[in-house]
Amino acid sequence: MNLVKPMLVLSFAFLAVFGEAVLNAPRALLGAQVDLLPALMIYAALNVDIITLSLLAVLGGMWFDSLSANPLGISILPLMVAGFPVYLRRDLILRDAPFAQLMLGATASALVPALTVLMLLNGGQQPLIGWGSLWQWVVMTVAGGLAAPVIFKLCDWCTGALGYQERTQTSFRPDREIDRGRK
Amino acid sequence: MFKQKNYLALGAVVLVAVVLLSLPTRASSRLKLAVSSWFLPLFGLASGGQQLPVNLADSVLPRRELLHQIDGLRRENQELKSQAVQNAAITRENDQLHALLGWQKTVPWKLKLANVVMRDPANWWRTVQIDLGSRDGIQTNQPVLTPEGLVGRVYSVNYLSAQVVLIGDRDCRVSVRVDDTTRDIGVLSATGPLDSSLVQLSYLSSTANLKSGQNVFTSGLGGVFPAGIPVGKIVDAQTVEYGLATEARVKLNANLGALEQVAVLIK
Repeated sequence: MNLVKPMLVLSFAFLAVFGEAVLNAPRALLGAQVDLLPALMIYAALNVDIITLSLLAVLGGMWFDSLSANPLGISILPLMVAGFPVYLRRDLILRDAPFAQLMLGATASALVPALTVLMLLNGGQQPLIGWGSLWQWVVMTVAGGLAAPVIFKLCDWCTGALGYQERTQTSFRPDREIDRGRK
Repeated sequence: MFKQKNYLALGAVVLVAVVLLSLPTRASSRLKLAVSSWFLPLFGLASGGQQLPVNLADSVLPRRELLHQIDGLRRENQELKSQAVQNAAITRENDQLHALLGWQKTVPWKLKLANVVMRDPANWWRTVQIDLGSRDGIQTNQPVLTPEGLVGRVYSVNYLSAQVVLIGDRDCRVSVRVDDTTRDIGVLSATGPLDSSLVQLSYLSSTANLKSGQNVFTSGLGGVFPAGIPVGKIVDAQTVEYGLATEARVKLNANLGALEQVAVLIK
């Protein structure tokens, strides 16, 4: 089993959460922090197996919540909701088309924060929301959409650089070899 | 079979989420701190990266400039020392007067400097992580401030780090007193998610005589924040609830969007 891609995806998620917590520039410039996990979920849904996708939702959500004031585990379900339907229909999606990546990334980036806030409100929490949250939501959606093709390129490049091509089965079988010539 | 595996994985994820969300508060916060400690090795990298430009700038600073700075710091040190002597005399006098009147002696606060190492990645909370934890004597609900004014309070504590909830978050309401003739008392709460420098001052009486530029200090009520810490200045005020109360907007003295170093008040 080629573990490079799953490890890469999980490492990217870890670094993405760390970057979101450390880098203040998007918040200072745009008034909102950009979340890369939804776009990464789309990449994972289109490129890795269901175990890695589930691990990404669980670990990514837990890492995000651990650095935030969110209750632990609240981000897991929204991430899975964004990734699982895409995983089920992955054979029908043009995963190499940047436009498809952009649209899926934007949709996931819009869906995940909306669902998280909805769950927080349902759980009796009081997140800081107002009219300004609409602007933040738009920023997160657009930035997540734009980030998706970049994430696809970056992950594919890293997989190519660090991984190896899986050996495919050839049509050659020694027992079916036709011996030619006279014996 | 293939589909069944997918739905089994989905079920497992839902189960994990439900279990995590239904954990008791204590267990949940402990687990949260354990998970957040995975990022501890990266704290050092981040602060090292932030210090690198400063160190580079220091290394190319001319000797004359450094000597000039040292001279300035020596003078400032002398002034602060003489101020400290005066303050010590005032404190002694204050203690004697307290003793004469039979008042309870005020416990002095100590300051612990901390670096802000991380911010809340979610846009709907206003918290930061500092590099002091229970190892350094940090406890929950201790006030956090900068030289400009109050910043927030300690929300949760790890061994090596702590989470600080900032003013403007719904979990950090502060009772404050306005520096006007009637010394009105109100409660600071959140305004909106975009501008972190403005907060709402509510529960003021309808007779409050507020003007733009008046200073706002902590009132000492509530038991978390000691009285007299500067918080901000009144921007504008308006009567609400059909003239029964007054609300004001307060511009915070501390720049919450660019916090780098803060001080935690420890009793």
